[in-house]
Amino acid sequence: MARLRQAALPLGVFIVFLAVWEGIIRGLEVPSYLVPAPSAVAGAFYRGFAEARYLDHALITAFQAVSGFIAGSLLGLAIGTFVVVFPMAERIVYPYIVALQTVPKVAVAPLIIVWFGFGIESKIVIVALVSLFPVLVNVIAGLKAVDQDRLDLMSALGASRWQIMRYLRLPNALPFVFAGLNTAIVFSVIGAIVGEFVGANKGIGFLILQANFALDIAAAFALFVVLSIMGVTLHATLQWLQRRIVFWSRAEEHFRA
Amino acid sequence: MAATGGEAALAIRGLGMVYRRGDAAVEAIAGLDLDVADREFVAIVGPSGCGKSTLLKLVTGLRQPTTGTITLHGRQVAGPRPDVGIVFQSPVLFPWRTVLDNVLLPADVLKLPRADYTPRARELLELVGLGGFEKMYPQELSGGMQQRAAIARALVHDAPLLLMDEPFGALDAMTREQMNLELQRIWAASRKTVVFITHSIAEAVFLADRIVVMSARPGRILEIITNPMPRLRSMEDTLSPEFGAMVHHVRGLLGGGGRGAAL
Repeated sequence: MARLRQAALPLGVFIVFLAVWEGIIRGLEVPSYLVPAPSAVAGAFYRGFAEARYLDHALITAFQAVSGFIAGSLLGLAIGTFVVVFPMAERIVYPYIVALQTVPKVAVAPLIIVWFGFGIESKIVIVALVSLFPVLVNVIAGLKAVDQDRLDLMSALGASRWQIMRYLRLPNALPFVFAGLNTAIVFSVIGAIVGEFVGANKGIGFLILQANFALDIAAAFALFVVLSIMGVTLHATLQWLQRRIVFWSRAEEHFRA
Repeated sequence: MAATGGEAALAIRGLGMVYRRGDAAVEAIAGLDLDVADREFVAIVGPSGCGKSTLLKLVTGLRQPTTGTITLHGRQVAGPRPDVGIVFQSPVLFPWRTVLDNVLLPADVLKLPRADYTPRARELLELVGLGGFEKMYPQELSGGMQQRAAIARALVHDAPLLLMDEPFGALDAMTREQMNLELQRIWAASRKTVVFITHSIAEAVFLADRIVVMSARPGRILEIITNPMPRLRSMEDTLSPEFGAMVHHVRGLLGGGGRGAAL
């Protein structure tokens, strides 16, 4: 009941917002190729799923985003761990990482389409590339940000490097890893759409381009809604995982104080 | 119960420690000799920067001394050893492990079988007054309870020597008094040798068989005072003239500053 009442105000504001938007479009007779009315967006949204196979395209985009995200994150975890375990590797590899990170991955997208083709492979590669860096940077930071007291405790017990990694550094890095994953999941949808913009014949990005060429702005808006539903779902799934896996991280600051 | 029983568990000879920072050298400890008997409770008090914590790092083997030797149970200390249990100023518990798993950390690191050590960990949690809290996470416990868990962890692998570095320094006065009573009881029940570092004179006098008073940098031993008060001591004993005289004497040695004199 309390939750219902909490939800009532934002929901009410949203409905008022839609009503005002609808009113302005109708009252001022704004042409639909500039800004569509919410009712037109809803119509396009419904027709999209009923006729234009939005679901198939959305699943393709989601698949590209998620598999690229997983590949990029695993790669980030592996490289990050390797670099921390072998400090020499960090000195050799890290300058390239920083240099690569400063290159906008979007700029490389056309090249990746050339290398990996028009299919989903090229999108997965682009997504993996944009997801890699936030995870990598956070893994390195997390594995290094260990309290000296905790290290002393492990050293005093005669723990090996591997034991310190397993019992202390890895769990200690998890909250950082999730901070990176949260950034990466947002990037992953962006990466998939960018890839589809550059060259594709499937996916939400492809549909958005089609809608723009046809000046079907209501459809474009409907596709934005599809994208935001996708983003929110992915983000919420990750949050759920985070709460289960790093249950201590919110209490950590309080705990250390 | 005092220095009379058994051979020296810990023997420190001519210990010196110099830290180098660029061209500057800081002498933290100079010419320190100390014997601690088996099952003895020794407290070390001194002003801030007297090398108390350096001494602890040397005894645990986390650092190597510049000069001198430390012999523990007949073997010279060359690195970290499993026959020492340590309690730090902060509990240093891992928030991703339950209280029981935190206590079992030394067993995991030393590759001791969990099946044998889990019952022991439960007994120790019972001993430190945390029975029933095994499945909770440290962040769900109060500061005093966390430090109790840390004490149980230091005892779990049955190391004969327990090193405590101002373990109750971060606790409020009431909890601290409580913990002193508890520690005395745990010490009597577990029959460990304890080296207890503190900046509280009253705490040192209350707990220890012998009180080692150290000077400011470089740390040297000013005097070792034997505390003849019988065990187990109660908080009422802290009101006795005998107790007051010892506290007064130690305070005099430390220059009358009375630093951290409150228990």
